[in-house]
Amino acid sequence: MAIQVLTGNYSVALAAKLARVDVVAAYPITPQTSIVEKLSEYIEKGELDAKMIRVESEHSALAATFGAALAGARAFTATSSHGLLYMHEWVHWVSRARVPVVMAIVTRTIGTPWNIWPDHGDFMDQRDAGWIMSFGMDNQEILDLTLQAFKISEDPRVYLPVMVGLEGFILGHTSMPVDVPDQKLVDEWLGPRRQGYVIDGSEPLALGNLAWPEDTEEFFMDIQESMEEAKKVIKEVDKEYGRIFGREYGGLIEYYRCSDAKYIMVSMGAWSGDLKEAINLLRDNGYPVGLARIRYFRPFPDKEIYEVIRGAKGVIVFDRAISFGSMGPLFMDLVANTLKHTRRISVIQNIVAGIGGVNITYTDFTGLIKDFISIIESGGEPPVFKWYHRR
Amino acid sequence: MVEPLHIRMRNTIMSGDAACPGCPIPLGLKVVGAVFGNKVILVIPACCTSVVMGAWPGNGFNGSVIHVAFASAAAVASGIAEALEKRGIRDTQVIAWAGDGGTADIGMASLSGAAERNENFIYIMYDNEAYMNTGIQRSSSTPYGAWTTTTPVIGKREHKKDVARIMIAHGVPYVATASIAYPHDFEAKLRRAAKIRGFKFIHLHAPCPVGWRFDPGLTIKVAKLAVETGMWILYEYYEGRLRLSGPSRPYIDESKRKLIIEYLKLQGRFRRITDKEVLEIETYVKQAWDWVKKHM
Ligand SMILES: Cc1ncc(C[n+]2csc(CCOP(=O)(O)OP(=O)(O)O)c2C)c(N)n1
Ligand code: SF4
Ligand SMILES: [Mg+2]
Repeated sequence: MAIQVLTGNYSVALAAKLARVDVVAAYPITPQTSIVEKLSEYIEKGELDAKMIRVESEHSALAATFGAALAGARAFTATSSHGLLYMHEWVHWVSRARVPVVMAIVTRTIGTPWNIWPDHGDFMDQRDAGWIMSFGMDNQEILDLTLQAFKISEDPRVYLPVMVGLEGFILGHTSMPVDVPDQKLVDEWLGPRRQGYVIDGSEPLALGNLAWPEDTEEFFMDIQESMEEAKKVIKEVDKEYGRIFGREYGGLIEYYRCSDAKYIMVSMGAWSGDLKEAINLLRDNGYPVGLARIRYFRPFPDKEIYEVIRGAKGVIVFDRAISFGSMGPLFMDLVANTLKHTRRISVIQNIVAGIGGVNITYTDFTGLIKDFISIIESGGEPPVFKWYHRR
Repeated sequence: MVEPLHIRMRNTIMSGDAACPGCPIPLGLKVVGAVFGNKVILVIPACCTSVVMGAWPGNGFNGSVIHVAFASAAAVASGIAEALEKRGIRDTQVIAWAGDGGTADIGMASLSGAAERNENFIYIMYDNEAYMNTGIQRSSSTPYGAWTTTTPVIGKREHKKDVARIMIAHGVPYVATASIAYPHDFEAKLRRAAKIRGFKFIHLHAPCPVGWRFDPGLTIKVAKLAVETGMWILYEYYEGRLRLSGPSRPYIDESKRKLIIEYLKLQGRFRRITDKEVLEIETYVKQAWDWVKKHM
């Protein structure tokens, strides 16, 4: 293992290289572009023995990635925002075909207006598509999640595509020291490509013929079951990875100072780092707060969330996306999924913030958390929904 | 000894396929099957063939079939071709099999991209000159004057988009036109294409009795008339030169061509065509031949 100073995007590219991808098909878009550029460089320099398909659009990027994966290649792509929306038809197609593929999503606000700063709107727009959806907090985790994505996607209990989210610029273009796993260890751990079926001419196979409603529904029920299985696989992979490479994250969720916390914060992505700072500061001032950071949004960690919030006096869910006319998608999922385990949910608040890339710092978090706690401690009811905006 | 084509065409399309009577699609696919056996992967976007293949768990073609989103045949085929290359698999032919809508309209960008990258597969555009799967709507490949459900009263005002020429302009190593009425010619073209590395495009004329409004017993006759009237010209283009194919050779001489009206009058979609419109079509055909002669 060796420490390298890498941007989030280069961490993604390096992980794809460590996984020895066979085919990459991608199309440039800010802030994802440097991933494609780096992979092209690896390939042209002969450091990675892979085919690069320089497609004419994102729709074709995922279509070609799918084709390659179907034909037995370990295939990878990456995109952002408008590129992701442009390929949305294919996002569904790949998962419904049960083809293991890995894609990095370097999040960026959806226009109009044109805006290249990050929020989670593009990522959240894919939530019903049948992909395993993970999201990192720093560049180390991005590298680890991307590598693990191949292992999880190609697990026979799963056979679903995996997307790895990271915020553009905040992680994508910011350099941090990253502990890079040893290639030999990665090879041993990851092994050769696995998939449910291969279409490469070795035997005649058909994929995607018309199916009657009942058959179709059964295919989709199987995806739902595999999502349940994936929870186990994700935890196993996290543990195994920890044993071999020295980093274990807690599985679907990272728990930060939760064990004795009375107030639980829930978040996803890079700003969880700022949230941790806020929590440390609040802890120093006697506030019993902790953070449950969502690492996997799909499958949703319903049981883990229920267990961490069940004794809490209050919960805030921070969303960096908004479902217009409703609330934050993380919040909606959390509330709905908690109902699987209990009819009684603690006092809970959804704070939507950081939309359009508005910068949110630990000071903002500190203030928001203090406000929430003081309302509860004085016997009041904090509003369930709040869109926090600042200039 | 190689068996005759009509024998080899047997059992390539399975009984129980879901084509309409007189459908040109199985006719074309049988030739594909005859040439490649089951060492072929067909990539099929949304089109009539999606239905013709039959319902899961059955499959109408004795080979591999991948159904894909409408705009993506060329992109998926690119991915497969690259993966097979990376894996060192050389004995399997990748073929994108797409309709005129999936090629000339929604699939144009992915087609152009794959052609420009010179991806190693054969793209076959079977041209039934409208969106048949969704109920006979106009495509950019529908001919001038034709009735469709989206040109229901006055007929299409624009001429057919010439996709083969667009592909020639891409500088790909092989472009050909073919017709389901001339299976031997189509076979020869598939064989030549299979020997060439890179992107190969075959534009296959495929009259559809349902959409063109003719008797399903007349599919071959209509397809032949298209060639005999000079409306559909069979050729190959490679190594920088156009070669007129056997069935079309006589018709370089205009006096040998049958009257265009003979072709049109068999088809209900041209029922309301006026003399002036027929003249317009004749002019278009003349220009097409001028172009062919210039590039021979
Ligand atoms: C993105 C998208 N838009 C529209 C459709 C609906 N659709 C399915 S097939 C088809 C027309 C196909 O026409 P063509 O490619 O000419 O093939 P044909 O049906 O004539 O064989 C359309 C419009 C679709 N499946 N996907
Ligand atoms: S509508 Fe035409 S092309 Fe489509 S299946 Fe029927 S006959 Fe064949
Ligand atoms: Mg058509």
